[in-house]
Amino acid sequence: MTSKETFTKPIVRENPVTLHVLGICSALAITNSLTSSLIMSVCLTSVLVMTNVAISLIRKHLPSSVRLIVQITIIASAVTVIDQVLTAYLPDAARTLSVYVALIVTNCIVLGRAEACAMKQGVGASILDALGNGLGYSIVLIIVAVIRELFGNGSLMGYRILELAHEGGWYEPNAMLLLAPSAFFILGFLVWGIRTWKPEQVEKADFKPAPLPDREKR
Amino acid sequence: MTDFIDTFFRAVFLENLALAYFLGMCTFLAVSKQVKTTIGLGIAVIVVEAISVPVNNILYNVVLRSGALDWANLGHLDFSYLGLLTQIAVIAAMIQILEMVLSRFFPALYQTLGIFLPLLTVNCAILGASLFMVQRDIGFVDSIAYGLGAGVGWALAVIMLAGLREKMRYSDIPAGLEGLGIAFMTTGLISLAFMSIAGLSF
Repeated sequence: MTSKETFTKPIVRENPVTLHVLGICSALAITNSLTSSLIMSVCLTSVLVMTNVAISLIRKHLPSSVRLIVQITIIASAVTVIDQVLTAYLPDAARTLSVYVALIVTNCIVLGRAEACAMKQGVGASILDALGNGLGYSIVLIIVAVIRELFGNGSLMGYRILELAHEGGWYEPNAMLLLAPSAFFILGFLVWGIRTWKPEQVEKADFKPAPLPDREKR
Repeated sequence: MTDFIDTFFRAVFLENLALAYFLGMCTFLAVSKQVKTTIGLGIAVIVVEAISVPVNNILYNVVLRSGALDWANLGHLDFSYLGLLTQIAVIAAMIQILEMVLSRFFPALYQTLGIFLPLLTVNCAILGASLFMVQRDIGFVDSIAYGLGAGVGWALAVIMLAGLREKMRYSDIPAGLEGLGIAFMTTGLISLAFMSIAGLSF
């Protein structure tokens, strides 16, 4: 696999969110505003790069029996650093994101990449892989956030785009887009779109239901 | 006592970890294909939540928070930045111990829960409950109710989704939407239904 492929593959073809169903929690929870989605994307990508580099460096000295606990500790330390930086320099964003920054620890993308890539490959490939996966995650987050903030609130990153009806404009905002269920629907449609475009991503059924009897016999 | 019940029901319905805060979604979507497996997973989550939230509560209030070490004349120390690291360590240790106890004394139960326990270390619903407990400054007794309620709420949601997905195998779904896509939308509808409970006042 060339290094270009390592970087581009996770963006659409093997997107961590829509194909592997990893890291969904934050992808849904903080996407009601574009600003927090961008901050979250940057946080996740930096945690990914940091942990992938650290784990890739020590991969040859890491006995496999304790590797999970070591990986988790490294991830938790990286997240603590990001969390403290955010609290110090962007206190407002830290308040909006609340526990979701801390929850990067249990974001399966990070542990999944550590296990699947950093444990096997060198530092260079690990960095590219981390950046690619971070980007794939960010793209999904940004698409969902743009839809939710634009149509739910008429604004993007806090700037007014659509004039709201109760402020003398023409656009009646759909408040449901700011609530939890809408995120599920948008992500569902996104997965639908991607899988129509790339049918090989559809997972195989575990079992087939018994065929229904013919219409005449029923 | 009313407080206890109140916290419990809030955690189960209004502040449902899966449906209102999107926590534990990876496991939620990946495992919810058959009701039988989700019942095992649900029980495992309830047990781990009910133990880990109160334990983290004690640890946070007695050791980590600023001023907690006053009794040792170390009141000026603030270890709350270590919260995340301790919580994940407590959860991982808790699960390891639970696994050992179960396999030693309740082998039958271990057979059903065994495969899920290690998975729960990286389940955000477990860590999330502990983080919310710290953020909202919940007392010890309430933290028991909160842990129990959070677990029950999550289990309820995952069992409901599994039931619906089992039935859905018989329906004609557009090609690309099958599997993950329709699971998302079903979860959205369940979440919408749960939000309407918020209209009721407890």
